[in-house]
Amino acid sequence: MTALISVRGLHVAGRRRDGSEVGIVRDVSLEVQRGEMLALIGESGSGKTTIALSLMGYVRPGCRISGGEIEVAGYRVDQMTPDPLRNFRGKTISYVAQNAGSAFNPALTLHRQVIEPALSHWVLPRRDAERRAVDLFRAMALPHPETIGARYPHQLSGGQLQRLMAAMALITEPEVVVFDEPTTALDVTTQIEVLEAFRAVLAERGITGVYVTHDLAVVAQVADRAVVLRNGAVCESGPTSEVLERPHAPYARELVEASRLPVRAMAAAGPVPEPVLTLSDMVVGYGSVDARGLPARRILDGINLSVPRGRILGIIGESGCGKSTLVRTIAGLQASAAGTIRFRGEDLAGAVARRTPDQRRRLQIVAQNADLVLNPAWTVGAILMRVLRFFHGLRGAEARAEALRLLDLVRLPQSVFERRPPELSGGQKQRVNFARALAARPDLVLCDEITAALDPVVAAAILELLADLQATLGLSCIFITHDLHALRAVCDRVAVLLGGHVVEQCDAASLMDGVHHPYSRLLVSSVPEMRPGWLDEVTRQRQVATDAPPPPVAAGGCPFVSRCAMRIEDICDHVPPPVVPGAGGARIACHHPLADLPPLLQADGAA
Amino acid sequence: MNRGLGRLVLGRLGASAFSLVFVIVAIFTITAALPGDVADTLLGQGATAGATAALRHAMGLDQPAWLRFWHWLDSMLHADPGRSLLTGRPVAELIGLRLYNSLLLAGATAAVSVPASLALGLACTMRQGSRFDRFVTTALLGVVSVPVFLLATVAVFVFAVQFRVAPALADINAVHSVWQFIRVFFMPVITLAGATTAQMSRMIRACMIDVFSAPWIEMAVLKGVPPVRIVLFHALPNAIGPVVNAIALSLSSLLGGVVVVETVFNYPGMAGLMVDSVAARDVPVVQCCALIFCVAYLFLTTLADVVAVASTRRGGSH
Repeated sequence: MTALISVRGLHVAGRRRDGSEVGIVRDVSLEVQRGEMLALIGESGSGKTTIALSLMGYVRPGCRISGGEIEVAGYRVDQMTPDPLRNFRGKTISYVAQNAGSAFNPALTLHRQVIEPALSHWVLPRRDAERRAVDLFRAMALPHPETIGARYPHQLSGGQLQRLMAAMALITEPEVVVFDEPTTALDVTTQIEVLEAFRAVLAERGITGVYVTHDLAVVAQVADRAVVLRNGAVCESGPTSEVLERPHAPYARELVEASRLPVRAMAAAGPVPEPVLTLSDMVVGYGSVDARGLPARRILDGINLSVPRGRILGIIGESGCGKSTLVRTIAGLQASAAGTIRFRGEDLAGAVARRTPDQRRRLQIVAQNADLVLNPAWTVGAILMRVLRFFHGLRGAEARAEALRLLDLVRLPQSVFERRPPELSGGQKQRVNFARALAARPDLVLCDEITAALDPVVAAAILELLADLQATLGLSCIFITHDLHALRAVCDRVAVLLGGHVVEQCDAASLMDGVHHPYSRLLVSSVPEMRPGWLDEVTRQRQVATDAPPPPVAAGGCPFVSRCAMRIEDICDHVPPPVVPGAGGARIACHHPLADLPPLLQADGAA
Repeated sequence: MNRGLGRLVLGRLGASAFSLVFVIVAIFTITAALPGDVADTLLGQGATAGATAALRHAMGLDQPAWLRFWHWLDSMLHADPGRSLLTGRPVAELIGLRLYNSLLLAGATAAVSVPASLALGLACTMRQGSRFDRFVTTALLGVVSVPVFLLATVAVFVFAVQFRVAPALADINAVHSVWQFIRVFFMPVITLAGATTAQMSRMIRACMIDVFSAPWIEMAVLKGVPPVRIVLFHALPNAIGPVVNAIALSLSSLLGGVVVVETVFNYPGMAGLMVDSVAARDVPVVQCCALIFCVAYLFLTTLADVVAVASTRRGGSH
């Protein structure tokens, strides 16, 4: 059997600003047999997307294929001229982009875009192309397959767009499909649906594919073989199970390690310390206001939370659940319609402008994207010393010594002091971001998705740092995340946020087993595991799931009602669920008696 | 189209109406501040102070400024711009034919420059960074930097003096056939279109390149969509707002160029009339011309904004 894709000694060069060239991909060789799925694994900058795109004879502006041979389905892609190449792209090989939200043209209906490859390549007449598109929508389990194509991209969710994009890739029945991180931007619960839809369609059609990702657990579900890339070169390759279970190269081992984060040890038993921060009946929203002064559209609705001194409270939820609004409200950047914030025993004003300087100093925020908060024109030293001067009046040698101590605390070399943020790596910038918050000597640090933009190995190191700082400084934190692994690695306690409501609070260590809110259960069981076959098991278990049209959520109903398999008709959709105390201090907002909720088995959540 | 869009458009029109009020006040203030008046012009330097004062009184020029403003506003609201102080003929009659001539010139210029700029801007976008693109952008930058009066003079030198293909003066009364029309309008239109096309195609290129950096353009390339279709079907609908804005802004800057070009080619348009009337202090004519220019400018910019808002709405980018 000959390989359908074969790449020999591929080099791709990129042009720097000064005109010199730098190797982005260096001497990469790989083969994919017909019907096989190859995973390209690596962190950002490893060249995985560049290789995937070069299979289509495409390089991003400023780059060029500087050596090697690329053969796909009998075509010598590296030697093709523009016209045959255009005919080859979209017909013989097609592409599923990372972020379907931005890869669809906002001004055109989805239908026109999905059938465009078939029309551009004269594969099918319009009528047949439209019929095939509807078939593919149905196969991808999209709602309303007949009419969904008449919509514009902004009217659909990310998971739906990603499936539409896969339908677009398959409309010409290509021999090869390139998937470029197709589920990275999705929530875990959505990712599972998309992965399942992809896999069903690919298996049925015997598609040969290349799957670019940094998520090893996804690799385990979709790929037959895997190639690990680092700095543009292959560092490990082999069958998926081999690469994931017995990696040889040190970097591949590091990567596998990083996906198995250690779980944080339980805080010492004993009385829970006094809360440093307490939120009571917090409501944030917009729109018209009712008689009690509450807004019609609520982003956060009746939030009650507290952070014990010296503990880390994790807040987990999907995009749009209100996580970031919660952080902004606590930080005083977002006005609340109702509720109180008590901080260190005193009431905290809603707007940051009405808080005392000392209150502001004691409450610090570490933002997700360090690039957006660190002034690129200032040195790291200046950034830190400004905070020290502002809050503590430190100047000169004193401030410098303290800044160096802070760098030491976040484990950055002293040489960073003189450098500017653009010269630092993503992980280093996030550490500076952290040091900046610590410079104020805060009582509470708000960490908003601090590892979301980082590669796994770097993210693991940042989480370790946070856990250590918490232990040595006795820091209190709110840790916002959508990543269950990160949550378990650093948090003592967890609040699960859904649709602006806290549906459950429990100890982080007990999140993976025992009795939980049905949503928490869904969330936990959706996190992919590194063993092959996991996706099959999960989808089999969910066969009972929710195909019936969801009831409209009335004000006050359970936010999970539209997706809940065990909802009680006429109750869950409009009666606020009571908060029931569970084992180990858990608090679960559900109409069902806890005894009726199916427990999570250890195996479900053992990552 | 929805209520939100209607509200935005109404808001924009309201802002334009406010600008118009401001413009009306400004025009009156500026013309009132001109040194000397039409009585001086009519009677010449040898006139006695008593004679000029009597004429001023007869013309109502000695009334307080606010009263004159009130009279002017009142007559404008009745669509009656009054009579020329110099000749006594109705201003509407004086301006009528001139306005038609100017619109003809502007229309011919737009008909040449809009398609030309679209073609140049799109061609440069498709070959971004190529030798063609670099040559065109450099040349356009050169044309933008040259003042219109110099462009006009060079055009006269090249086409009228050296090659003798077109007359140096635009004698509009000599137009009796299409060929004569082209001959007469060739030079003023070439000059004006040169200036506006340069500006417009540079702005169109910038808008299009911005749109071309979007991920969905890369996606279209990877789908194997032909380049021309990418530009016309994928990129252009997303660039309509900024492109229409660029066109409207360039066309409104054409109004300034008209003054120069009409003077150089002795073209009987509005701008020429206005310049003559300022010299003679024929205030009603000046005011009316200024008002027409300002309204044209406001109309173009408002139209551009409304189209921009409407196109983003329809495109759905929230």
